[in-house]
This record gives sequence, C-alpha cells and structure tokens, in this order.
Amino acid sequence: MIGVFLLIPVLLMAVYSFLTKEFRGGVIWDFTLAAYDQFFFNRGLFGDEPPVIEWTYISIFWRSIWQAALATVACLLVGFPTAWFIATRPPSQRSVWLFLITIPYWVNLLIRTVSLKFLIRDNGPLNEFLMGLGVITDPLPLVNTNLAVQLGLFYSYLPFMVLPIYAAVERYNFALSEAAADLYAPRWTILREVVLPVVKPGVVAGCLLVFVPSLGAFLAPDLLGGAKTYMIGSLIDEQFKGSQGNWPFGAAVAVVLMTLVLIALFLQARAAAKGARE
Amino acid sequence: MSTAIDIRSVVKRYGTTTALHSVGFEIGDNEFFTLLGPSGCGKTTLLRCIAGFEDVSEGQILLFGQDIAGLEPNLRPVNTVFQQYALFPHLSVIDNVAFGLKMKGMALDARRARAGKMLEMVHLSAFADRMPAQLSGGQQQRVALARALAPEPKVLLLDEPLSALDLKLRQAMRVELKSLQEQTGITFVFVTHDQEEALTMSDRIAVMSQGRVQQIGTARDIYEGPVNRFVADFIGETNLMEVDVTAISDGMADVILPGGHALRCPAAATTPGRHHLSIRPERVSLADGGEVTATVERVVYLGTDVQVMTRLPGGVPLSLRVQNSARIAIPAPGASVSLHLEEGAARLLAD
Amino acid sequence: MKGVRHYPGFLGITIACLVVLYAPLIVVTIYSFNDSNSITSWGGFSWRWYADVFTGPEADRFAAAAWNSITIAFLAATASTAIAVAAALAMIRGGRFKGKSATYALINLPLLVPEIVTAVATLIFFSTIGLTTGYLTILIAHITFCIPFAYLPIAARLSGIEETYEQAARDLYATRAQAFWLILLPLLMPGVISGYLLAFIISLDDFIITNFVKGAGMETLPTAIFGSVKQGIKPNIMAISTLMLAVSVLFVTLSYLVNRIGQKTRT
Repeated sequence: MIGVFLLIPVLLMAVYSFLTKEFRGGVIWDFTLAAYDQFFFNRGLFGDEPPVIEWTYISIFWRSIWQAALATVACLLVGFPTAWFIATRPPSQRSVWLFLITIPYWVNLLIRTVSLKFLIRDNGPLNEFLMGLGVITDPLPLVNTNLAVQLGLFYSYLPFMVLPIYAAVERYNFALSEAAADLYAPRWTILREVVLPVVKPGVVAGCLLVFVPSLGAFLAPDLLGGAKTYMIGSLIDEQFKGSQGNWPFGAAVAVVLMTLVLIALFLQARAAAKGARE
Repeated sequence: MSTAIDIRSVVKRYGTTTALHSVGFEIGDNEFFTLLGPSGCGKTTLLRCIAGFEDVSEGQILLFGQDIAGLEPNLRPVNTVFQQYALFPHLSVIDNVAFGLKMKGMALDARRARAGKMLEMVHLSAFADRMPAQLSGGQQQRVALARALAPEPKVLLLDEPLSALDLKLRQAMRVELKSLQEQTGITFVFVTHDQEEALTMSDRIAVMSQGRVQQIGTARDIYEGPVNRFVADFIGETNLMEVDVTAISDGMADVILPGGHALRCPAAATTPGRHHLSIRPERVSLADGGEVTATVERVVYLGTDVQVMTRLPGGVPLSLRVQNSARIAIPAPGASVSLHLEEGAARLLAD
Repeated sequence: MKGVRHYPGFLGITIACLVVLYAPLIVVTIYSFNDSNSITSWGGFSWRWYADVFTGPEADRFAAAAWNSITIAFLAATASTAIAVAAALAMIRGGRFKGKSATYALINLPLLVPEIVTAVATLIFFSTIGLTTGYLTILIAHITFCIPFAYLPIAARLSGIEETYEQAARDLYATRAQAFWLILLPLLMPGVISGYLLAFIISLDDFIITNFVKGAGMETLPTAIFGSVKQGIKPNIMAISTLMLAVSVLFVTLSYLVNRIGQKTRT
C-alpha cells in the first residue's frame, strides 16, 4: 500500500520536476530542466539574458533552514530539561507526565496553530494580560513576525524533541553520573562531559524530528507569519493552487526539499553508525 | 519394551550452521527419557523437531512406527510443556487446560469434566477460575503439565520445565513429575542442562554436546562409565589426566599414572597409547600405605565434605572428597599423603 | 545534595513547557464559551457558539465536512490497521526475508518525509493515473499515511508476545488460523485498539495532505476550518475547535488507558 501510494508518487514527483508546465496547472510531457533553471538562475524577464544566480528561492530556503534551526534549538533547550525531569520521576509517575506532553501532539495541528494565533494576536489574551500587569503599555506586535513563526514551530514539534531524549535518558545508567561525582566532577560538568555524550543519539534523533517537519512546515508560517516570513511550505503550496500554479516548479522545489531532508537523515544515520561502532 | 520414538539419522541445519549431526536413537514406551547437555548442544532443537516446531533437514522421526517428520504440530499426538510454560494469559486456568480438548473437538461438558480431573491430579482444583498471572511459578508449572497431559498425548515433551523455579520447589517438582509419569504411563522426553535433575528422574539419559549424542544409558551407566572426556566432565566432578596405556584387553586397560604407579582399570578406549583417565574424587581416600603418594596443596571446607586438592609427582593435580567426619584427620597444606584409589575410581576414556 | 538526578530549574522548565503547550488550547476553550460577538472582549458564559455550529449559517457546511472527516477517518483507520497487523506479522513473525529492512524503511517513510512532500507526490500520482480528486483520493492518501501510526503500537505489542504462545496452541491441536484468532489476536488486541485509535485521530486531524488531494468542493473539517480562519478567527471556529480538541483528547486517553490495561495483562 505504502509502496504503491507513496514510493511511486515520490518517484513520479521527481519525474514531474523535469516536465514543462502548462498554464492552468498540469504539465506537458516534454522533458526540460526549466523548473530547476527557474529555481537557481535568473535569465531576465524574457529569458534571453545571461544567467545570474536567482536569490529569491535560495533565500526562501535559507530562511526556512534558519527558522527551522532556531525552532530546533529552542525545542532542545526546553525539551532536554523536560525529558530529563520526566525520566528521573518514579516510574509510576513517568507515564502520566509523558501523557501530558503528548496530548497536545494528538490535537489537530491546525487547531493548535489557530489557538496560538488567537492567543498572541495584537488584541489577544496574552497582550491584554501583559498590559493588565503593566509590563507593557502597547500590544507586542507578535503576529506576522519571524518570532511568531518560530514560536509556532516550537509549539508544533516540541513533543518530538522530548520523547526521544526521554527514551535515551530513561536508559541512561545513573551510576555513570555518580561515578563522575565521586571523581570530583561538579553537577553541570557531569551533564556536559558524561550525560550528553551518552544520550547523544536521543538528542540527535529529537533534533531531526523537529528540524525535518519544521523545514517543510506550512501551517505555522502561513497562519502566523506574513510576506516576510514566507517559507518553503507556502512556496510549494502556491505552485499547485489555481491558474497561477506551476506544477513542475512545485515538484522541483519539493525535490530540493526532500534532498535536503535525505541529506540530514543520511548524516544522522552515519553518525549513529559511527556511534554504534565506538 | 516397544519403541515410542525412533529417531533415525536426524540432521538439522540453520543456514550454514549444523545444530544436529545425524542423531539417532530410540526411546521406549513408558520411558522417562532425558536429553542432557549444556546450552547450545542441540537438545532443545531435537525436542522441537519431535514437537514439529522445526523441520528436520534430513532423517526421519517415527512415532510408534509412523513417520511424523513432515506433519504440522497440531497433527502430532505429542504435547509440550514449555520452558516458561506459555500459559495463555487471556484464558482462565480451566480454559487453558481444556484448550487442547476444544481443538480436538470435544464437547464443552466433556472437556470441562476432563480438565477438572486433570487439575485434581495436579492438586489445583481450587484454582480453576483464576487467571494464570494470579498463580505462583510452581502452580503455573502444574497447570502447564495438566494442559499438556489433558489430551492424553502418546508422548509428553518437557523443555527445561523446572528451570524457572527456585531450588526447593524444583526438588519437590522432580518427585511429582516422576510420580505423574508412573501414574499416567506416558512416555516423557525431558530436556535439561541440570545433571542432578537428569540423574534423579530418568530411566535413561542421552548426553548431548555440539549437536551429537555423546552417550546413552542409565544414570549409573553414565556416571560410572563415561565414555569420553565431555561426559566424564559434564556429569559430576572428576579429575582428568593424560596417561600412557600399555595394554588393553577385554575392556580393561593397564595404565601408568603420573608418578609411575601402574593401575588396571575399565576402559572405553580400545587401542594403547596416550588417553585421558577420569578419577572420581569421592572414590579416592586418604589411607596410610596407599598406593599413590601426593602433596596437599589446599583444603576447601564444603560442609558435609572436605575437598582436598593435591598434586601428584610431576605436578599433575588430583582432588579428592573426604567426608567431614571426626574419625578422619584432614591433612594440612604442604603435607605429604598417601592415597588409595577405590574399586571403580578410575576409568580410561576413549579420547 | 539531592543526588545526580537532580538539576535545579528543570522542574520549572518542565512546567513552563506544559504551560506553553496547553495555554493556547485552554484560552481557546474558554473563549469558545464567550457570549460576546467580538472575540476580543469577554461577554459572559454562553453556549451560543456551540448552537451556532449546529444551527447557524455555516452549519450545513460544517455538517457535511464533519461527515466526510468521520467516515474517512473510520474507513482509513480500519484499512490501515488491518494492513499494519499484516505488516507487523510479516516483519516480526515472518523470520528473515529478502528486503526486510527495505520494507521496514518503507513502512516508516511517511514519518520521515515532510508532509508537504507527501502531499505533492500524492497529488501528482492521482493526477497521472487520472483519478479525479475527491473523497476516494482523500481516503487512499489517508490510509497510506495512517499505516505507520497504526503499525508502531501493534508491532511494539507483537514483539512483546513470545512465539511460544502460538506454538503452545499449535502443539495443542490448533490450526494456524485457530492459533491466530484464538490466541495471538486476543493477546495483540491492546496494540490493535491503540493503533486504530491513533490512526483515527491522525486521519481526522490531517490538513496538509487533504488540502492537496481533496479537489474542488470537497471539504473535511480541518480544510473547512482553514477556509474560515483565512477570513479571521470567529467565535464559532473556536467552538468547533474545542469540540475537535475534546474528541482528540478522548481518543488519546482511551488509547493510553487501553495500553495501560494491556501492560497489566502482559505475562
């Protein structure tokens, strides 16, 4: 089922990215590199000037990578302590804590994103609350900023960071920390020198699980961001909507995105294999 | 005695590794037969071939004359008691015991009555409606027995059924198993790595190692007449030493012990030369004027016994067991002692 | 000295983490009971927006979308659970077979590829084979991406069930089919229920892929909500969001409880 309805489509998508676009959406079966050419080069309005590198789409990718990376770091900074805290609870309490962390993940992403937008909008409860406290006098303009998009990504994928790190910390042998403490290592040194290297596979898995979906995210940038926060997801989405669409170009963008993801996965797999050998 | 199971040149291969190298022997009807050996020796593989969970690569397995090698497990009139019992956790005790009867198509009333009888036999009537998880290890073990015996199999296979129990319970279950076997008259094929279990319960034992049967015989045969180093070493404690054999005839050999003492003893080997000699420590005694002299190296206190570790001239170790008795003086380390080899203490091995 | 497990501030971060995760949901739930027409000011407690969802001007649209969402979720969860059981049996009980690790990677593919890529690929696939986008295309896509979610709990449960149970059943004269239906499936049930519930929620919640393959005029609840939100957040959207939130929480709680009970029956 997956073979037919996912693997073949992905291959087909790669084929599409080499076809010629038809106006009103759809394609003509003529093989061309036009889509990739459009992605990387600018040949002027009429396509007859010498090619110069086209920064529009590359910068969208760059911004997406940057946003996703920031969201990943934020998730790590919050997710690691949370995972550690849960894994050091008595076993009977752990599943309750984990359950609390996972519930939001199972709530519709769209609804969560809309809820977040409702909360942080200019006249929303968060601003009213802060103004009521007298912390600020004018509403914080959060919506349509990079910060809002990062917050949305952070909020969307935080459980993905907590769960693999939790799994790694739960297996962690605390006698290692005790041995380090016995050998005069202070608390935070133990965390850095002993714990982190041992639970690294869980941390790497968590980072990947946040980074990959963040990179291709659509809802958070679309609903929480504006023109300035345009990300890959929206760029792809636009190519398949209405008569402005360009299917081969959309497919090409998706192929580039998937290539990035596969490179990230490959690097992780290689690091994991190296870790296993050691 | 008629034959219950006839195993004919059975070979079992997994890819390139061979788990059973042409194993062949017969198990008699009503026999309590034990497959004994260390883990990985092929004993469980052989049992699973009889049960039908593994196909044999070559050879035949005959059950009362019928070749069952190709039959599905559910078509073989043998039942198994599994190592961890494998009681169905979602079925009550009585439903577990009645499962085989249900599969054989017995009506509800009849199978409940029969299952009830089986539970009576293992003294668990009061637990019929409990779930397996609510029983102790020993009780689960007895349910597993009742379940396997309920369909009246021609042969009962037991895969290390006592290994999950603690020592006291294990000893009690040995007696219970043996009496169950005598009561039902069913052939038991019992797999274990515990030599004590094997020696106390079995009519006959097959000692296995590295996918081969090393020796088959009664407990006494095997303990007192091991054929090779593996059997001598695996069953009980023994001293093994290499000796020169000067002559062999009629199963008796003349050997020269380290230190020069000449000895005549039963032999499994048939040709003179260098062979291994097995000397059982409990058949060696401290005796003034004994034929062998040795130097005491270490004395280990074991409660009922004392183990005296000595070295023969030339440095070959020989240890002996002395009963912890006020009548026997235990020598101190460094002392020179003379030892007496009792009748049957030494046996020349084939390898 | 509180031992090497304790780090100062980690409890605070955990609580902050939970606050961030729950605050938006709680705020929306509270405001869904707001009597005011404006979403900004609080006008007292009221059920009016819930009434509006069922009887208001958009009620028909939401009802049709809800019907699509629920029937698709039901069918997709059923089909993907059945496939996941078969896949788990092949992967865990099937011994070694050619392409096993490739199959494993394939099962988990939807979890690794960004959703938007899956969406694009699926749309292109349907367009190439000439399948008109609509109910059927949504259903096929949902079945596909629900499989790994159904697979995970089922495979986890199955690998915890020792093979000796099936062997014991076979030894006691059960056929292969009887051993499956009478022994293995009952033991597997907590995993199956858990997998089914997760697949159901995942299908019910999906927006991105559905949005790509739904075609014109076809709506599920998430796409209908997205359409409305584009014109601004209205109170009736908060009411319908709260309802969906309640359904999700209910299903996940059920799945969690089933797993807990399952752990107790594990031997």
